[in-house]
Amino acid sequence: MSELIPTIIAKYNYWIYITLMMIGLYAMIAKNNLVKKIVGMNIFQTAIILYYVSIGVKKGATIPISTGGHGAAHEAVHAADYLNPLPHVLMLTAIVVGVATLGVALALCLRIYSRYNTLEEDEILAQIRKK
Amino acid sequence: MKIIGLIITIITGAFLVYAAIDFPAWSDPNSPASTYLSPYFIENSMKDTSVPNYVTSLLADYRGFDTMFETTVIFTAGLVCFILLRISGGKEPETSHYRHVLTGVTVTLKKGHKIPESEDFERIDDLWTPPDLIIKTSCRLMIPFIQLFGLYVIAHGHSSPGGGFQGGVILGASIILLAISHDLRTALEKMREKVVAILCPIGVSIYAGTGTLCLLLGVNFLDYSALASVLHVDPIAARSHGIFMVEIGVGIAVMTTMIWIYNNISSAGKYNQGL
Repeated sequence: MSELIPTIIAKYNYWIYITLMMIGLYAMIAKNNLVKKIVGMNIFQTAIILYYVSIGVKKGATIPISTGGHGAAHEAVHAADYLNPLPHVLMLTAIVVGVATLGVALALCLRIYSRYNTLEEDEILAQIRKK
Repeated sequence: MKIIGLIITIITGAFLVYAAIDFPAWSDPNSPASTYLSPYFIENSMKDTSVPNYVTSLLADYRGFDTMFETTVIFTAGLVCFILLRISGGKEPETSHYRHVLTGVTVTLKKGHKIPESEDFERIDDLWTPPDLIIKTSCRLMIPFIQLFGLYVIAHGHSSPGGGFQGGVILGASIILLAISHDLRTALEKMREKVVAILCPIGVSIYAGTGTLCLLLGVNFLDYSALASVLHVDPIAARSHGIFMVEIGVGIAVMTTMIWIYNNISSAGKYNQGL
């Protein structure tokens, strides 16, 4: 028990991301309204972004921009002084792509609403089965 | 369905917690993610590309292919919104309404009739609310500075946090703010539908064209060092300039996609007054 609590504290970023991700997953599975499903998908995406950015953190490091500026091309750079830039790059594009896919999802919802006059999943399924 | 969903969620969460026990602790400098590939990027970015912002050099040079296809994904998403909403929903309504600005009288016209072009009448929709003066004025004051900041973020992506994606989103947000604070027709006068639809593929083409230019100059796709002979600089500075060209392409593509998606979704493809 005495080892468990420091482990939990040392890895708290993972617990937050798992919680957020499961909230999003539950919303995507269990919610009846399509817009609520999209909100769940966005929470899921945010959890992944949080996870990636949090694994790029290093203790005692600064943001991944050279402190020497343009003139410091030949000075030795220590990798331990800077955060890991790779997760930042991946998430930079993922955020913008996430917004674009959100737009597609909302466009689909608009088309579904104009056809079925509802966004509740069970009502749409009932209308499809009736035909 | 709710109980099944809860059970699936709890089982998945338990697996993730079990996996997370083996993960390195938070902010551990020796974590696997920070030990193999990323030191190379940090140590060699200045030597290879002379770009102080490692995120930018990694985004546009080391992972140039990835970013190019991300830009293509964004363009495709904008195109999908257009096809889903605009092509099927872009019909003119049976009647159109015009409001006389000075007196507030509304004129309703049948399809096919048009009012002569004049400053006195403005086109309105069925649900019209008077615009708020405070919101309109404060947004009109802010928008030029937002756009200036967006251009700064794109241009200074090399040496400070920023780049094409962030700057493009800021520029797109300025036009969207205009559409929210006034109405969609005002924003469409500033940024026409055709301009948006043409600029979006142009942004992607600038990116792909820079890569193809390198290919034509005899090296690999997106190897910007070949631009040295065109720009008359040394190969390392040429990489820096190549990254900047690519960032401009990304900025244009992202800006127009954001505006395109907003225009289509906020008016359900009708391009009327919007929200």
